[in-house]
Amino acid sequence: MSAESYLASPRGVRSWLLTTDHKRIAILYLVSVTLFFFLGSAFAVAIRLELLTPAGDAVQADTYGRLFTMHGVVMIFFFLIPAIPTVLGNFLVPMMIGARDLAFPRLNLLSWYVYVLGASISLWAIVHGGVDTGWTFYTPFSTTYSNGAVVTTGIGVFITGFSSILTGLNFIVTIHRMRAPGLGWYRLPLFIWAHYATSLMMVLGTPVIAMTLLLVVAERALGLGIFDPARGGDPILFQHLFWFYSHPAVYIMVLPAMGVISELVTAFAKKNIFGYRFVAWASIAIAVLGFFVWGHHMFVSGQSAYAGMVFSALSFLVAVPSAIKVFNWTATLYRGSVSFRTPMLYAFGFIGLFTIGGLTGLFLSALGLDVHVHDTYFVVAHFHYIMVGGTIMAFLGGLHYWWPKISGSSYPEGWARFSALVIFVGFNLTFFPQFLLGYLGMPRRYHAYPPELQVLNVMSSAGASILGVGYLIPMVYLFWSMRYGARVAANPWGASGLEWTTPSPPPTCNFETTPVVTQDPYTYSSEEAQVVG
Amino acid sequence: MAEAGHSQAPVSSLKHHFDDMEQQQAASTLGMWVFLATEVLFFGGALTVYAVYRLVYPAAFSAASNHLDVRIGAVNTVVLIGSSLTMAIAVWSARRNGPRSTRMLVGSLAMTALLGSVFLAIKATEYSAKLAAGLFPGPAFRFPGAHARPAELFYSLYFVLTGLHALHLAIGIGVVAVVAARAARGRYDLEYHGPVEITGLYWHFVDVVWIFLFPLLYLVGRGG
Amino acid sequence: MAPAHPSPSIYVAVFMTLVGLTALTVWAASAHLGAWSGVIALSIATTKATLVVLYFMHVRYGERFIAVVAVAGAFWLAILVVFVLADVLTRSWLPILVR
Repeated sequence: MSAESYLASPRGVRSWLLTTDHKRIAILYLVSVTLFFFLGSAFAVAIRLELLTPAGDAVQADTYGRLFTMHGVVMIFFFLIPAIPTVLGNFLVPMMIGARDLAFPRLNLLSWYVYVLGASISLWAIVHGGVDTGWTFYTPFSTTYSNGAVVTTGIGVFITGFSSILTGLNFIVTIHRMRAPGLGWYRLPLFIWAHYATSLMMVLGTPVIAMTLLLVVAERALGLGIFDPARGGDPILFQHLFWFYSHPAVYIMVLPAMGVISELVTAFAKKNIFGYRFVAWASIAIAVLGFFVWGHHMFVSGQSAYAGMVFSALSFLVAVPSAIKVFNWTATLYRGSVSFRTPMLYAFGFIGLFTIGGLTGLFLSALGLDVHVHDTYFVVAHFHYIMVGGTIMAFLGGLHYWWPKISGSSYPEGWARFSALVIFVGFNLTFFPQFLLGYLGMPRRYHAYPPELQVLNVMSSAGASILGVGYLIPMVYLFWSMRYGARVAANPWGASGLEWTTPSPPPTCNFETTPVVTQDPYTYSSEEAQVVG
Repeated sequence: MAEAGHSQAPVSSLKHHFDDMEQQQAASTLGMWVFLATEVLFFGGALTVYAVYRLVYPAAFSAASNHLDVRIGAVNTVVLIGSSLTMAIAVWSARRNGPRSTRMLVGSLAMTALLGSVFLAIKATEYSAKLAAGLFPGPAFRFPGAHARPAELFYSLYFVLTGLHALHLAIGIGVVAVVAARAARGRYDLEYHGPVEITGLYWHFVDVVWIFLFPLLYLVGRGG
Repeated sequence: MAPAHPSPSIYVAVFMTLVGLTALTVWAASAHLGAWSGVIALSIATTKATLVVLYFMHVRYGERFIAVVAVAGAFWLAILVVFVLADVLTRSWLPILVR
């Protein structure tokens, strides 16, 4: 090997903090989003502790409001939205397209600093009393009545939004301009398609929430009148602007996850993806349709019933590309030689849990049904199946799949499989009872509940503790593997993709010579390859 | 000095991860355009609020808009369009070699920054007049006539939109100044002029924003 | 094939047109056009913006995908405005239906 690995050289803290190497920036992000994941989890622990008993005893209502708000803000803005794109995406997008780096390496580093700055400001707000508005910052509570640190948190989230915009911008330009010779659009791995679609939403949606939060801050801090009903303003307008971004934000969280799953399913079924173009365009379809459905969060807000009907009908359309993906992954498994390695266990977990989350999403997009379960635990369970069952499963699956590439070492397979199982069991025990609680009418965001709901709540809290253990195990053995894990070859899984043609871990320049691509992204089915070639 | 700069520029200006100058230029142009699409949606958030309130409170928006001075707005529009002209000429001359086009580049960039500053100066006098008239929203807001409360919405949007526009313009002036200083050192030529080009794109975008803000804020209900 | 970039004379012509359109929109605003005045003002502004984008920002002379990006920004803003207005403008219909 002529070049040293990106991990080995150059050395020193300074070389890491000033790096413009996309792989090192991915590591910086991995460390920071992991910290925020455990911070967000700590708030979840407090919430589940309070809900062990029907009485509001461990914390008061006011504190509880701050707990679920900060759980939501931290998990959504500082973990779920950046997690897969900034860690796996940053590491893999240039490698998968045969480039030496992203189009704007310094902008990439800047986006990490912007993230750290925004997150630190929000953290400061949390320490200084916290926020109690819910992660949704609804007006006029947020602008007028809340006694939490709305302005500071709003500014923190506003700043973090620019990190997201810069990442999306970088990916779009990179995918357009930096592809290796011969790498046409239909030869791109589906991971790249998913990240392209995600970037579209980051770039077109995030600025709207930035402006919205700015308006809230202007109203609260400067006394301007924007959404203030006392001056003729319309608080529902805030919800429109908020959800114009925040509904697509859900797809910002789950689309990269879908990209990961497409890679995992093909690699561990040893089969080319079924219906490549459908899966690719389904990503774009989800990204675009995602901007037409936000009103389904507002069915009971006072929004026009006619707008509600249109938003309800449009919301059903999102099920089509989502189902295409699930069906095509399943069809890819058919007659494949499936191996149940750790990443594949996570992929199976994703497919099942995402399907449950998606189907219950259809319940909620039905206007008539949503009126009954709106703001109940049914909604909470639904979106945790998508975000935790979907995004975090895929994040962990992807992290395990590409860990040999990222770190150059292998993790203990037995422990990894065990923890994947623990996470799956813990997750379902935590969140399935919440569907039932919501169906029985338990509203979200209350710290007390009727005693007859206690059994389901105790189950949920018990599940959460199992889930917490499940998340800690990979933390330990992945750290352990960096020092003690066996060194791995360039392509330990026998997977296709340009990233596996480089040494593990790759050299700083990724490729000694720019690769020339002459074949389709998935070359597992040799028979098909022969027919095509 | 300038000669050496010219011969060195193509080599040192190509960043390591690009194959050639053409790819680097295409990437930076696309990057700026994607950023500008982001900016459209950023201002778009506040413009959506404007659209809703204007349709809900047409009379109040007319009354409130009539307290703005059309002449100031129109003059500022022409100033900004003029700065776009000089910016366009700057980009044109950046793509040429030779000391004459370098002088032209530096001169038109300086003119652009100057016109931008004129715009801000006029805006500042306008702001202070509005503040003196009690038109800044909040407890001290004073509006004669029947539509005081929705008029406060109008002026909230007025200050948010024009304030953010002015901020963008101020950033633009700073960037143009930096680019002009580098241009004076002979940094840009036919081979390498990307920074001038994308600064121009940004500047024109700020102009476009004002092209919409002018009629939306100053020209409501003037015909009665 | 179109030239890579227009010449300064075209820039001056565009500038004159923009100034003329500014005068036109000020004049149109003072005319008694009623509900149309807003539509006319927006149309003139859109025309001016299009001129800036096509000539000053070279979209007319550049590759097609840049135009796609520019249109995407405007289109996504249109989604936001249209759907929000679809709610705001139909909110008052409900009582009529109930009666």
